[in-house]
Amino acid sequence: MSDDLILLGHDVPAASRRVRPLLRESRTFAVITLVVVIVVLWESAKLLFHLPDRKLPHIGSILLEFGTRTQGGSGPYWGVLMLNNAAATLGEALTGFVLGGVLGCLLAVVFTASPLLERGLLPYVVGSQLVPILAIAPMVVIGMGHLGAPDWLSKAIIAAYLTFFPVTIGMLRGLRSAPPDSLPLMHSYAASSSQIFWKLRLPASLPYLFTALKIAATASIIGSIIGELPVGAARGIGVVVVNAAQYYNSRPQNLWAAVLVASLLGLCFYGAVVLAERLIVGPQAQT
Amino acid sequence: MAVVQANLKQLSPAARGRAFAWRWGPALATLLLVLVLWEVGVRLFHVAVYLLPPPSLIGARLLERGSFLLGIGLYTFEEALWGFIIGCSLGAAVAVLSVRWRWIAHGLLPFAVASNAVPIIALAPLVGIWFGSTTQGSKIVIVAIMTFFPTLLNTYRGLLSPAPEALELMHSYAATSTQSFLKLRVPAALPFLFNALKISATLSIIGAIVSEFFGGPLKALGVYITSQAGIGHYAEAWAAIVVACGLGMAFYLVIVVAERLVMPWNTTGES
Amino acid sequence: MQVQAPVIAINNLTKTYEGGAGQVVALANVSLQIGAGEFISLIGPSGCGKSTLMRLIGDLTQPSAGSIAVKGKTPTCARRDRDYGIVFQAPVLYDWRTVQRNVELPLEIMGQPRSERARRSAEMLKLVGLSEFEQAYPRQLSGGMQQRVAIARALVFAPSILLMDEPFGALDELTRERMQGELLEIWARTNATVIFVTHSIPEAVFLSDRVVVMSPRPGRIEAIIPIDLPRPRDTLTREDPHFFALATEVRERLRHS
Ligand SMILES: Nc1ncnc2c1ncn2[C@@H]1O[C@H](COP(=O)(O)OP(=O)(O)OP(=O)(O)O)[C@@H](O)[C@H]1O
Ligand SMILES: [Mg+2]
Repeated sequence: MSDDLILLGHDVPAASRRVRPLLRESRTFAVITLVVVIVVLWESAKLLFHLPDRKLPHIGSILLEFGTRTQGGSGPYWGVLMLNNAAATLGEALTGFVLGGVLGCLLAVVFTASPLLERGLLPYVVGSQLVPILAIAPMVVIGMGHLGAPDWLSKAIIAAYLTFFPVTIGMLRGLRSAPPDSLPLMHSYAASSSQIFWKLRLPASLPYLFTALKIAATASIIGSIIGELPVGAARGIGVVVVNAAQYYNSRPQNLWAAVLVASLLGLCFYGAVVLAERLIVGPQAQT
Repeated sequence: MAVVQANLKQLSPAARGRAFAWRWGPALATLLLVLVLWEVGVRLFHVAVYLLPPPSLIGARLLERGSFLLGIGLYTFEEALWGFIIGCSLGAAVAVLSVRWRWIAHGLLPFAVASNAVPIIALAPLVGIWFGSTTQGSKIVIVAIMTFFPTLLNTYRGLLSPAPEALELMHSYAATSTQSFLKLRVPAALPFLFNALKISATLSIIGAIVSEFFGGPLKALGVYITSQAGIGHYAEAWAAIVVACGLGMAFYLVIVVAERLVMPWNTTGES
Repeated sequence: MQVQAPVIAINNLTKTYEGGAGQVVALANVSLQIGAGEFISLIGPSGCGKSTLMRLIGDLTQPSAGSIAVKGKTPTCARRDRDYGIVFQAPVLYDWRTVQRNVELPLEIMGQPRSERARRSAEMLKLVGLSEFEQAYPRQLSGGMQQRVAIARALVFAPSILLMDEPFGALDELTRERMQGELLEIWARTNATVIFVTHSIPEAVFLSDRVVVMSPRPGRIEAIIPIDLPRPRDTLTREDPHFFALATEVRERLRHS
């Protein structure tokens, strides 16, 4: 039962370490199998249902797209262009992620230190989520454009807005997650409150923090991409996707390649957070 | 707690009204305060309309174009609703199958993890190619994908949540597996399912609007928001957002009410 | 000492678990005869196999060697014949059912008609003194009340054998003693055979006809101590010098195990 929960990537009780090494090896294997299965299904579906390239291009032609030059053969390679744009999106998302993450952690620390501030401010933190920031994204981008702010700033702000909420809530829960009797224990050692924070509360909060950061990683990428959609945005993988969609009839594989890059961008950012979790929280980290 | 419950039921209408005011008064007061501060702040500091129109202006637009906005809101809501219905029912159904045949759960693992990590919304143009970029179909598919995995994961966890002793009890009554499924696993999964439905309700409205950013007819909320913002009609765009918020909250509340009706045991005893 | 034919006959029962770190012998060569309507307590240090023995009788796990006969049948047959009522340490009530519907659960599974279910559950709830709480949900009850509902649920289909694994383990001392008295009253009105797992020496002595003292690694029966205190037993029984003598005897045997 708990094995299944581990597999589905959810709150794993500290038990069943035994399955872990086995899992890691089999995971690489599973991913490879999966990729193979998808490729086979893809190409055979194309063959069987006579799907035209317009509906489903060959996987090969999608991959080849990265090695094709833009502007009819004179510009840079598509692969380089898309990576550049993905890097721009990542930069926006990462800026927002860091800003939102720091803000979230600070709020959580302040709230644990002062119940009064928590009672006063937490409702507003929760209330902030009533504003559907993704739906407002076009206004944020256009409004800040009028103000003359740099292009990346509005996307970073959207990403930060999406990040700070899960981090505040996750960190708050984490800081409170130290076992109930451990606090009196620390007090009995006459530990100072900064010692309690660094030696007890902070380590206890890390698993929760990382769970929140994983949610925030994807959300901040989504926020940046949505922020790149309004007309006038110059760079970013969102721009590439929209342009590719416009020229779909002439180059269908281009859109597939762009969407692939966008998906991989999300996976990489998420993967980086998982990696950081492994390094910082250690082997008992949830996956 | 039973006593508390009984007392609440005996309250006079006036006292009940007072309890209601206590419960919702602060939130309403805060909302009013925010609106007033917003209005005064925008006027006092001459904040440009493209940054933040005053609430009075948004309200005026809302009144002027109310029925039109509601119309496009409902158009988008229809997409959200269908996507929600398809995604959530498929998610719950697959969860049931996964409990019966565990390899299904194992096979779905990579996709479940990927669904957390991949910006699904970036798939919108591709889905548009398959299901028509200006039709409701493509948005329904995106919303269905977005709501499928949270529902699947939560329901699966819920179905596995009964304690071993609860299952052994069924075993000791020589219950059939259908009986223990229907009388134990399903009711135990309901709180988990409703959690997923609440997440999905919010997600589906946002998902429908945002996937309309990638293209759709003018009578869609998302298209209207981007196009109005693009030509400088910010108050109109904000009015559309207000409609979206309203629809989102209404959807969410419907789920909360349904939850209370379906699971009375979860709310009685709460004070 | 037992005149009746045994209801439960356990012969050379052995149970080993395959653990990660090798085999655990939970029970080794246990033999025991239990008469009809007898009240038996299993007592012993943690890990000596009390729960395992109870679970083997109740067909919740299978023996590695040896045999169990319940009314001349295998445990699986006995389970299919609905011979067992089980009470765990946790009440394990279903949150989504009212007290009444929790008690009716076994009858529902067994396909009894609604009117019969209502009649039986009302009777049982009266027996455990919870008639006013029929329509309450489990969360609205205290721990002791919940455990009484669990007992009512175990008894409602009149099983001939009641298996109880530390049913009062989570209760405070006074509630516990009250529940022990109530359990004896209920038991006197049914003619169930009870197998009762406990860690408490006074509890075992107060309740039982015989106390089975077990010892660990591997789980064995160390001694079987007949309790000849007269019934019905009440608070005065607890102050009887003979009660103390028997408790001391059980304690001595436990110490040697
Ligand atoms: N499912 C299992 N898998 C592996 N080993 C088990 C399992 N169940 C019990 N054991 C082992 O069998 C032995 C007996 O366990 P059992 O639960 O019967 O003890 P117990 O007497 O009920 O203890 P306690 O008083 O703590 O409840 C223990 O050593 C335990 O570790
Ligand atoms: Mg035990």
